Amino acid sequence: MAIKDYIRERFFPHMWCPGCGHGIVLNGLIRAVEELGINKNDIVMVSGIGCSSRISGYLDFHTLHTIHGRALAFATGIKMSRPDLNLIVPMGDGDALAIGGNHFIHAARRNIDMTAIVMNNRIYGMTGGQYSPLSGYGILATTAPYTNIDHSFDVVKLAAAAGATFVARSTAYHVQQLTDIIKQAITHKGFSVVEILSQCPTYFGRKNKEGSAVDMMERMKDVTTPIGSKAKKENPDLIERGVFVNEDKPEYCSEYNKIIERAMKRN
Amino acid sequence: MAKPKLKEHLINRNWCKGCGICVHFCLKKVLELDSEEKAFAARPQDCIACKLCELRCPDLAIEIITE
Ligand SMILES: Cc1ncc(C[n+]2csc(CCOP(=O)(O)OP(=O)(O)O)c2C)c(N)n1
Ligand code: SF4
Ligand code: SF4
Ligand code: SF4
Ligand SMILES: [Mg+2]
Repeated sequence: MAIKDYIRERFFPHMWCPGCGHGIVLNGLIRAVEELGINKNDIVMVSGIGCSSRISGYLDFHTLHTIHGRALAFATGIKMSRPDLNLIVPMGDGDALAIGGNHFIHAARRNIDMTAIVMNNRIYGMTGGQYSPLSGYGILATTAPYTNIDHSFDVVKLAAAAGATFVARSTAYHVQQLTDIIKQAITHKGFSVVEILSQCPTYFGRKNKEGSAVDMMERMKDVTTPIGSKAKKENPDLIERGVFVNEDKPEYCSEYNKIIERAMKRN
Repeated sequence: MAKPKLKEHLINRNWCKGCGICVHFCLKKVLELDSEEKAFAARPQDCIACKLCELRCPDLAIEIITE
């Protein structure tokens, strides 16, 4: 199928600013689904609120645009009632890890089969540039005019510690890796977390003097490195990209079905 | 397998927002922004049809058509 077959063309051009990394995530996600050959009627995309969450409106899957931070809770309900469907849950960094942080860790702990994509631009884009739990120390934001003193979560470590069975990271610059990782995450049976570093030139970029979308993508090239690279050993500050966790563990819906069987036998 | 050969750059001027990502990251320097800040293929003969511009466009505005 062509790219156009996966989108709701009537809503284009989309609402994202020029050069917004979220559009590149949309692009890569469509290609991942196309390459996997999944029927678009077998996909349910659930999102919350934020610039990132608007992604669900542009895709011609079954889509739910729900409430801020609660996308994983809605997705859990859908997956429990229709385990045969593929759940994809794109979230902003604020959406997933500030207001939605509790849903995030518990969905990971249960290992329910779905793909959580954290579109991490390190800022609240939609509401005008407030800092998020992923902004990090020393960053400028409208709510941190004298620099942020909060340290950021490492989403990869957090997801892995909470029990996610597939955990990976890429960036909007590394589009081929981004697509490949999303494919692996969707195919994986269990809770998959994909962090994608995405640029918000309008708020994060402007506030932190990081220049244009192009400059921000150049930086993604400079500050990241493949997992375990020689460069990482020489410069521990580099952010690693790739698949960190990929393991088999009993999946929540399958285990729940076993509970139903066990309960039925008792009567 | 023979390398795909370029037929044309299909650029949707209504969707392109002139971010310049395709222009900057094209290794062959094929693309430019015109006076209306829309991408166009200034040197199509240099294009190697790698499709990286298509993959990186945040607006799904550029498509590489191959023969
Ligand atoms: C319950 C609730 N609280 C707060 C808001 C306001 N709000 C809307 S989007 C948003 C954060 C957006 O940031 P992020 O999730 O990082 O997404 P981005 O826009 O950066 O893609 C907030 C706080 C809301 N809509 N609902
Ligand atoms: S405000 Fe930032 S995150 Fe939102 S659309 Fe614009 S660039 Fe993207
Ligand atoms: S990347 Fe897309 S939106 Fe940006 S200038 Fe090129 S064609 Fe236009
Ligand atoms: S296909 Fe490759 S070489 Fe051709 S314009 Fe796009 S990025 Fe440049
Ligand atoms: Mg954000």
